[in-house]
Amino acid sequence: MTVEVNRFKCGYCGACVSVCPSGALELIETWIEVDKTCTDCGICAGICPVGALEVPE
Amino acid sequence: MKDRYDVIVVGAGPAGSMTAKTAANEGLDVLLIEKRQQIGDPVRCAEGVNKEYLKEFIQPDPAWISAEVKGSKIYAPDGAMVEMGEELSGSEVGYVLERKVFDRALARDAALAGAEVMVKTRATGLLMEDGFVKGIKAQHMGEKYNIRADIVVGADGVESKVGRWAGIDTTLKPKDICTCAQYIMTDIDIDTDFCKFYLGHKIAPLGYIWVFPKGNNMANVGIGITGNMSGEVRAKELLDDFVQKRYPGGKVIEFIVGGVPVCGTIERTVANGLMLVGDAARQSDPVTGGGIFNSIWAGDIAGKVAANAIKHSDVSAGFLQEYETKWRAELGRDLDMSLVVKERFTRLTDDELNTLGHSLEGIDLDSVSLIGLLWALFKANKKLLWDLRSIFKGIKEIEMEASVEVNS
Repeated sequence: MTVEVNRFKCGYCGACVSVCPSGALELIETWIEVDKTCTDCGICAGICPVGALEVPE
Repeated sequence: MKDRYDVIVVGAGPAGSMTAKTAANEGLDVLLIEKRQQIGDPVRCAEGVNKEYLKEFIQPDPAWISAEVKGSKIYAPDGAMVEMGEELSGSEVGYVLERKVFDRALARDAALAGAEVMVKTRATGLLMEDGFVKGIKAQHMGEKYNIRADIVVGADGVESKVGRWAGIDTTLKPKDICTCAQYIMTDIDIDTDFCKFYLGHKIAPLGYIWVFPKGNNMANVGIGITGNMSGEVRAKELLDDFVQKRYPGGKVIEFIVGGVPVCGTIERTVANGLMLVGDAARQSDPVTGGGIFNSIWAGDIAGKVAANAIKHSDVSAGFLQEYETKWRAELGRDLDMSLVVKERFTRLTDDELNTLGHSLEGIDLDSVSLIGLLWALFKANKKLLWDLRSIFKGIKEIEMEASVEVNS
């Protein structure tokens, strides 16, 4: 499982990318991509200024 | 686009454009790439900068100056206000910029100096050979390219990957990032002469709210909170609370979010064939979050060191250490000081912030430095701010006194 990004909320600022310990996130122009190295740690979801990221249950 | 350059700069914010401009002026063959279609947008920034510092590097142009301000007003949680003159506010006030235009002007300067500029072009990795960075893997309009260079400069912002690819750990812990949201608002009544800062754990836990005049009845109203305070409440919700209370009739014409490194200096910013500048190098100020001037200043050094390295045919980390040494000697010391101040201030309760606010209330601190403000606060609140004593070491008391002109 990987963290889910709500593209309709995301402001594509890249804050989440900077805190990801495994480098699983990438800001590409106007969206965030998550790769398989995501460990569901949830750090990105915590710091997101708008709450656009969610760790699946 | 060619298949090789002397220098490739990844990211066309102020740090990258300044590096590219200086390197091109030094005669290097430079490629500046920006992953977005538009340089300078979205801005992710409160847009304040000290105008005297800025003038050293770029000719002021009304096109990118939204407003000029006389100083700052800082509000404690109970409303106690400390007013600072322009110079005292450090690198945060003076001009309130129109970053979209400003960033584009800096990129244009780089282009006019001879750098090639490519937008909608993203670095996806580094070309590595024998422990040296030898260029980048890039993507443009869906096509993949390998572009070689003697030196790669990572100016790729808070979300930097260039450093990580070269083995420099730039990962931020939640407490080391400020998570921000801001509105450009109009149809509101604002003080056009001052940038305002509001402190308090309720309104902005371990951070602050800013209101910067933008001219024409507009203001940049934003909030930054420390990442470890985010989750239960978020920057945007807290900003909405503030705006509804303070500017109920105001209209929002732009919404921007962003992350700002507030970690202080990182272990290293150079590797073989690589330098990091700006937010990618975590050169933003841990207290204010300000980084525009720091980025430009460091970018200029990086451009010069790149030229020197290529002239000497030595792009090893050992040679590029010149950049590291130079930026650390001045900026690094300031960032270290700010980190001490941040560590202390983030542990203050709202009551203690009120005490500090009242200790300087009604006093105009005119034409003084940030260290002068801290000294004034320290003298009036020694017990509370005892942890700050180390930052005054090596600075003569007489200098700090001289830098504080108190007009009551």
